[in-house]
Amino acid sequence: MLSQGPVPLIFEMGAPGRRAFSLPGGDVPEAVLPAGLRRETPPRLPEVSEGELVRHFTTLSNLNFGVDTGFYPLGSCTMKYNPKVFEVVARLPGLSGLHPYLPEELAQGALRIIHELERYLAEIAGLARVTMQPAAGAHGELVGVLLIRAYHESRGNPRQKILIPDSAHGTNPATAAMAGYEVVTLPSDARGGIDVGALEKAMDDTVAGLMLTNPNTLGLFDENIDVITGLVHGKGGLLYYDGANANAVMGYSRPGDMGFDVVHFNLHKTFATPHGGGGPGAGPVAVTAELAPYLPVPLVDFDGESYRLNYDLPRSIGRVRSFYGNFGVLVKAYAYIRSMGAAGLKQAAGDAVLNANYVMRHLQEYFDLPFDRACKHEFVLSGKRQKEKNGVRTLDMAKRLMDYGFHPPTVYFPLIVEEAMMIEPTETESKETLDRFIGACAAVANEARDEPEKVHGAPHTTPFGRMDETRAARQPDLRWR
Amino acid sequence: MYPENLRYTGEHEWIRVEGGSGVVGITHFAQDALGDVVYVELPETGRVVKAGEAFGAVESVKSVSDLYSPVGGTVTGVNAELAGRPELVNQDPYGEGWMIVIELADPGEADGLLSARAYQELLKEG
Repeated sequence: MLSQGPVPLIFEMGAPGRRAFSLPGGDVPEAVLPAGLRRETPPRLPEVSEGELVRHFTTLSNLNFGVDTGFYPLGSCTMKYNPKVFEVVARLPGLSGLHPYLPEELAQGALRIIHELERYLAEIAGLARVTMQPAAGAHGELVGVLLIRAYHESRGNPRQKILIPDSAHGTNPATAAMAGYEVVTLPSDARGGIDVGALEKAMDDTVAGLMLTNPNTLGLFDENIDVITGLVHGKGGLLYYDGANANAVMGYSRPGDMGFDVVHFNLHKTFATPHGGGGPGAGPVAVTAELAPYLPVPLVDFDGESYRLNYDLPRSIGRVRSFYGNFGVLVKAYAYIRSMGAAGLKQAAGDAVLNANYVMRHLQEYFDLPFDRACKHEFVLSGKRQKEKNGVRTLDMAKRLMDYGFHPPTVYFPLIVEEAMMIEPTETESKETLDRFIGACAAVANEARDEPEKVHGAPHTTPFGRMDETRAARQPDLRWR
Repeated sequence: MYPENLRYTGEHEWIRVEGGSGVVGITHFAQDALGDVVYVELPETGRVVKAGEAFGAVESVKSVSDLYSPVGGTVTGVNAELAGRPELVNQDPYGEGWMIVIELADPGEADGLLSARAYQELLKEG
């Protein structure tokens, strides 16, 4: 199944003694380490020339697929195109070269960026204050739930449970468990929202709060959101908003107005930081005025003349990250929000929703659509039909899409949809790209019916065909030798 | 695919009661929906579980799912073979792919679970 053949490991290339650099001879006497500190055999490092080195990594980068090379409809990840100008801004020497221990009076510009970004995110969330420290979404979740715990503890009882719907991201129950809570799963109703009856039954004074993504992982806005927040608040619980899907609603609706007390944003999804390569991200957490005293320190305050780091929060949950968070990501988000403006952010959300509905309505002819109602920024199809009639699974169709030049959608999530395919086009794709993607999905659905073996064997055009994911998980081989 | 001599739960576990003990595993439907199982997390023997309580987890290439005890009781045996050969859950879910043995706190409790027919009805309703 090799069309180009495997790329050798860099350890398998080159020849003994070959180097990718040449240093001038030393002009000071060589110091010799004591024998006890020296290793007996030299380490096995790659021995290649500079040209070999450059070709090797350029070859690997050419095999990579990213937003810069093609459409990446990975549901729940908001893989939109992020303009390069924001990278340029984050690398301005005055920002990237700043030392975190500079005195406040020499870092006023950086502090102003953090402070003003806080004001913008507070406005988008409809809440009072925001910590910039969390380094990613799940980190923000943990901080948020620890804030909920601190709030309840200050009232004498941390409570025992957190409620989470069965459509949630896996990080939500993991977060609640890490914060010491028992997780209670709430079922979804036939419309894809929270089963309000089940919530009513589960909600009592042992429940610290409810974690909700709205729109949820089905891409559906919960129609009962006011009833839900009312029920939780009615028993003294708090509401956590997972902002993973903020790209769908920013400028249109605010979690604070829906009744949420704590919100995290994924700046790396919604606000102009490329991701998918492992970071860095940023997961700022916004809270109500009532929860603000518990925020991590420091906050950046402005007294009308200058910006300063405020460590004076006696009830703070403490530090959650070194210094002030992933500052470069904050700079990109600040520049993005400033250049888009309020109207621009609103249009981004609107276009993301329009694109998702456009693709959904064209694809529902070819696949099952378990929740048939207008979606927000993403939607979930099911490959049930293909599995039952043709023995072709969603995994097979996802692999086949690679042959058409597209990154596969998220598959087998959310867990409540059988053979799920979760598609998020984002606002940055043109109609032509969306039409090509629709055409490819339709072609794969037809192949699943007429030539299932072609889909079973996919992908056919990548350097390697179908990887043995099962063996990779059962017998992971983590060393090159 | 759904033996008559077993009892089933809506969470896709089965139990085979023999005397005061029951052998527990996951159903054919569950292993098929999960896909290739790559890891099974099982409890220590001696653990006391309530009906409906999570006693472990099963991890496939797609996802991780909790395993729920069909009945209340004490875990008296676990299938150590699954540590090295998780594929047994896919290959033989009602035989070599069994997971735990529970000594039932109430020997009659399993009678309240689903019959093979009722479980298949549930799957059809989907």
